[in-house]
Amino acid sequence: MTDALVIAGHEFSSRFILGSGKFDLDLIRAAVEHAKAEIVTLALRRVNSFSGNILEHIPEGVTLLPNTSGARNAEEALKIARLAREAGCGGLIKIEVIRDSKYLLPDNYQTAKACEMLAKDGFIPLPYMYPDLYAARDMANAGAAAIMPLAAPIGSNQGLAAKQFIRILIEEIDLPIIVDAGIGKPSQACEAMEMGAAAVMANTAIATAGNIVEMAQAFRHAIIAGRTAYLAGMGRVLDRGSASSPLTGFIQD
Amino acid sequence: MERIDPMKYLPGMEVLENSDIEEQVVRAMEEYDYNRYTADEVKRALAADYPTPEDFGALLSPAAEPFLEAMARRARAETRKHFGNSVLLFTPLYISNYCENHCVYCGFNRANKIRRAKLSEDGIRAEMEAIARTGMEEVLILTGESRTMSGVEYIGRACEIARTYFKNVGIEVYPMNTDEYAYLHQRGADYVTVFQETYDRGGYERLHLAGHKRVFPYRLNAQERALRGGMRGVAFAALLGLCDFRKDAFAVGTHARAIQRRYPHAEISFSCPRLRPIINDDKINPKDVHERQLLQVMCAYRIFMPFAGLTISTRERALFRDNVIGMCATKISAGVSTGIGSHTEEENTGTGDSQFEISDGRSLEEVIAAIKSRGLQPVLNDYVYL
Repeated sequence: MTDALVIAGHEFSSRFILGSGKFDLDLIRAAVEHAKAEIVTLALRRVNSFSGNILEHIPEGVTLLPNTSGARNAEEALKIARLAREAGCGGLIKIEVIRDSKYLLPDNYQTAKACEMLAKDGFIPLPYMYPDLYAARDMANAGAAAIMPLAAPIGSNQGLAAKQFIRILIEEIDLPIIVDAGIGKPSQACEAMEMGAAAVMANTAIATAGNIVEMAQAFRHAIIAGRTAYLAGMGRVLDRGSASSPLTGFIQD
Repeated sequence: MERIDPMKYLPGMEVLENSDIEEQVVRAMEEYDYNRYTADEVKRALAADYPTPEDFGALLSPAAEPFLEAMARRARAETRKHFGNSVLLFTPLYISNYCENHCVYCGFNRANKIRRAKLSEDGIRAEMEAIARTGMEEVLILTGESRTMSGVEYIGRACEIARTYFKNVGIEVYPMNTDEYAYLHQRGADYVTVFQETYDRGGYERLHLAGHKRVFPYRLNAQERALRGGMRGVAFAALLGLCDFRKDAFAVGTHARAIQRRYPHAEISFSCPRLRPIINDDKINPKDVHERQLLQVMCAYRIFMPFAGLTISTRERALFRDNVIGMCATKISAGVSTGIGSHTEEENTGTGDSQFEISDGRSLEEVIAAIKSRGLQPVLNDYVYL
């Protein structure tokens, strides 16, 4: 497998992670297939809910990434993670600790604590976080297998509002940086990938699209384009125009 | 009969330290003059990325009425962004209709001659089993307001039983102290709904003639006590049509916002009940809150606090309910019966009368079908008890 996304030894050829909370279960399968997503996140609190079991709607070969949404502190995140393990979800877990019902911003301090507690309990934590370098380092040191900074408030479709801070994480943290939350358009996903993000996660952007399946496809292509551009090495972008004749052309030897 | 002072706490009622929520809400409501808004201000409110309380005031004003369609569109976009296409379902369960209060508009009021009943533990179990059998995963436990007939321990027992049948348990009972909320939280309840009925102190005094409920500030501070007691979420409502509905709706939003700012982790939701006819008085009805105004209030709540839950009552007819889910409402009841013991058909012992007339008696299955037919996703549980 070339250019695989590697998270704690798990290899994925797709760099598009799909959220599942905001659309119909029967559309999930189609969206996953057209997005060619290999990882689908879901809130543990939604598992088994409803007339259908969400697990039955996830195509085979797709890794289910449960999250701890509903947790307001590290201890609650650990409880939810354990419930996910009992439900048979495996060790990869996305940590979400939120103590703000308005913007649903992650609490970095509690999230770092949760990383430590979950790693000690045998989980592979993938923390959803506010892009802060120190917090990302703490999470990495605590055993996180990837860092998932938000691009903008969740559900806002505002795109890479936190771009400069995510760039710093990409440069400084030796773990996959997965841009999570706030991405509203394929072009924004592409931009995140161009700057070196390891993967992009989206849910609302697709759930609120006129045609879910086509939008899933558009995201897939955008993410591939951005990744390819990143690997190709971006052309220089200069602040000002540069003189085509060199200033030092008169030098002979 | 001597009436108690509605602004004075009775013995045993906890007075919250360090709280100015009541003052904030009442002052904002008193200053709210909905007649001063213009069409331009409504347009500005509709275009605001983050609507302010001032914008909320404009959206609730008569000047906003011609913009109802635009409000509905904005509301639908917000609902979609924050909740996707999911619609939560629940069933309310009345376990007792004894009441010590005298509220002139309510079917349970102590002066109203209705059949009173209270479920035994076995009765509660039977009712819950019947509801759970339909597939429902969330229950809202309701009582009339009587501490003697439905004490905190009795309600706590009902919560414990509910936890064995349901994933999510809410309560809509009389306001209580922080330690009592903590007790019920421990027994499995996580959401508290208290309708203030009206935030107009004068109107409140005229409508609530006797009983603990007559104490206005104790009721208003219930949500804050519930959160201090460890509850996860609280719901707010005014009974629209009792007093000036625009002012009351403005107070509801102001109250919810003040609580959210002080307790940012709290899950906030709204209910939008209108007055309904009751047994022995079918003339009770809101005079000025037509469906148009009701929808305006619901859209204003949604646009002002796009992240908050909004529950649509069975007081409204099925077609209205079906049209507001996904637009502004995020939660809908199904399989509703407001009498006591009315979910178990076979035994039917001790049946007590209803609090008000409902307008939508559809089963869970029927409501699920209606949700799906609108391209929305019925969700029976989105919650984990921790």
